[in-house]
Amino acid sequence: MAIFLTKDSKVIVQGMTGATGMKHTKLMLADGTNIVGGVNPRKAGTSVDFDGTEVPVFGSVAEAMEKTGADVSVLFVPPAFAKAAVVEAIDAEIPLAVVITEGIAVHDSAAFWAYAGSKGNKTRIIGPNCPGLITPGQSNAGIIPGDITKPGRIGLVSKSGTLTYQMMYELRDIGFSSAVGIGGDPVIGTTHIDALAAFEADPETDLIVMIGEIGGDAEERAADYIAKNVTKPVVGYVAGFTAPEGKTMGHAGAIVSGSSGTAAAKKDALEAAGVKVGKTPTETAKLAREVLGG
Amino acid sequence: MDLFEYQARDLFAKHGVPVLAGEVIDTPEAAREATERLGGKSVVKAQVKVGGRGKAGGVKLAADPEEAVARATDILGMDIKGHTVHKVMIAELSPEIEAEYYVSYLLDRTNRTFLAMASVQGGMDIEEVAEKTPEALAKVPVNAVDGVDIEKAREIVAQAKFPAEVAEGVAEAMVTLWDTFVAEDALLVEVNPLVKTKDGRILALDGKVSLDENADFRQPDHEALEDKAAANPLEAAAKAKNLNYVKLEGEVGIIGNGAGLVMSTLDVVAYAGEKHGNVKPANFLDIGGGASAEVMANGLEIILGDADVKSVFVNVFGGITACDEVANGIVQALELLKSKGEDVTKPLVVRLDGNNAELGRKILSDANHPLVQRVDTMDGAADKAAELAAAAK
Repeated sequence: MAIFLTKDSKVIVQGMTGATGMKHTKLMLADGTNIVGGVNPRKAGTSVDFDGTEVPVFGSVAEAMEKTGADVSVLFVPPAFAKAAVVEAIDAEIPLAVVITEGIAVHDSAAFWAYAGSKGNKTRIIGPNCPGLITPGQSNAGIIPGDITKPGRIGLVSKSGTLTYQMMYELRDIGFSSAVGIGGDPVIGTTHIDALAAFEADPETDLIVMIGEIGGDAEERAADYIAKNVTKPVVGYVAGFTAPEGKTMGHAGAIVSGSSGTAAAKKDALEAAGVKVGKTPTETAKLAREVLGG
Repeated sequence: MDLFEYQARDLFAKHGVPVLAGEVIDTPEAAREATERLGGKSVVKAQVKVGGRGKAGGVKLAADPEEAVARATDILGMDIKGHTVHKVMIAELSPEIEAEYYVSYLLDRTNRTFLAMASVQGGMDIEEVAEKTPEALAKVPVNAVDGVDIEKAREIVAQAKFPAEVAEGVAEAMVTLWDTFVAEDALLVEVNPLVKTKDGRILALDGKVSLDENADFRQPDHEALEDKAAANPLEAAAKAKNLNYVKLEGEVGIIGNGAGLVMSTLDVVAYAGEKHGNVKPANFLDIGGGASAEVMANGLEIILGDADVKSVFVNVFGGITACDEVANGIVQALELLKSKGEDVTKPLVVRLDGNNAELGRKILSDANHPLVQRVDTMDGAADKAAELAAAAK
């Protein structure tokens, strides 16, 4: 069944005709994603050939949805234009918008998040600054390599792209129901909690792996949610124990401010909620293996 | 990016927040003319990005231009909590103060919205106020789409229980402060204290501003606000090459792809170091997804330029960019550095995993570089890099 994305998802790509959009649309198609269109007002009416697959370009998200029944949009739109593109997706009421773009100003992400709320949250936003999500063997919406792992019974939610890949690789023999990269920005749409709730409800997920990193209190709140609402086993990992205070570590949201947002506090909160937390990615994979084996 | 007080003052003035006149100087002599321009009296204020400068003696009154020079002489070069004072602001003397307040806007990550904070207990550390008398600090969510108009500002002021006679003036200041927050793409704008003077004015006497660097594309003026002199030279060199680098105190240089994986690599190296002379990671460096030879060479150049580094750990997970491309990148980077006359003399431990890992490892083995060692697990490679750093210490 998987979460948020299945073989039936009809995917459009905003920013498909740019270099990054072209490269990843091709890869998503190779992973079996049902890509039904691209969006670019200046190239509306044309189509792009991806190794024999003709993908039509539409003038707007609304038009693409009307003509194709699309229900997922993946956004490869440069930071300066990302807010307008997300707002367009929200106005069209597409059920899922996956914002890959890195480097969006916080005033823009806060604005489109508030806008989504004012429109009744009909559009689930994943990201920004995320690798997207994959349901192995079914569909891939974003930039997660499609050939790391196979379908299986682990659900993964992570702030980090490469740690997502690392964990999928470590547990590639077991496989994943879905893996969701929620992104490393200070303001993101879908949270750890949203993904935990979806995996809890997904009959095809037996174990949840949750990856966090320094900054904010999303992991602490997820721990609280797990203690109260999640019956499935959860294994966790937190990155950034050695990060100094006040320095942004790559991701815009990865910063320890004063005494808040530390990795130690996140690990403690998760452990208090009964989550087994690994010291390294490899140890985390081992814990997941033990839980599934035992 | 956190700004100095004088930079915050300038931005406040630009957007209509009421402030006093002030100019920044970096030599004692300049204090004379600056004070003359202010009518002969001034306040000499140390410019440091740390709180508590008043208690440390970094803010002094000057009754005449000569005294301003003397005070600037005292304060310039002073050390305040590890920050050397390179600049002072010569500010207009405030009219007599009757009350000190606190107001700010900031990003509320937890609720994914903005937050207005206001208190009639200003002039002190606001975290102390929040802790000791939380009821005295009003926190009002601000929707990013709706923003703050005079109505919303009045609501904030009412919640903070400002006295009636200043309520409207503070509300007006709150609107201009919001304009600053939005127009400058700030993550924080804080006025502490916002004062009521005896002659009935509302003035922002001191402030803090932090800017969002992701907005630099539409904020061409912000680059000039950067304190380039204070930047670590390695960090500055990395920034010039568009590398995401943070200098740390340690001996194991780190290069990896992806912010999360690199953070994780630092942690794993620190654990491994516990067994090897307590060596620690020397830096954070994320070279991103591509990991081309050029980017790899740039990264290696920065790290090998750090005298503290005794060994280097290159930790790459091949995703979209397959490991064979990364391995070729490493081999070519080493050749590139050699051709530039920069001989690599520190041992490199390389861990490649993921897409086309076998092929990538073979390329490294075939290249047979005397300083490159391949270890195929992250934990094992971290251990080897820590061991080599400890041995060279």
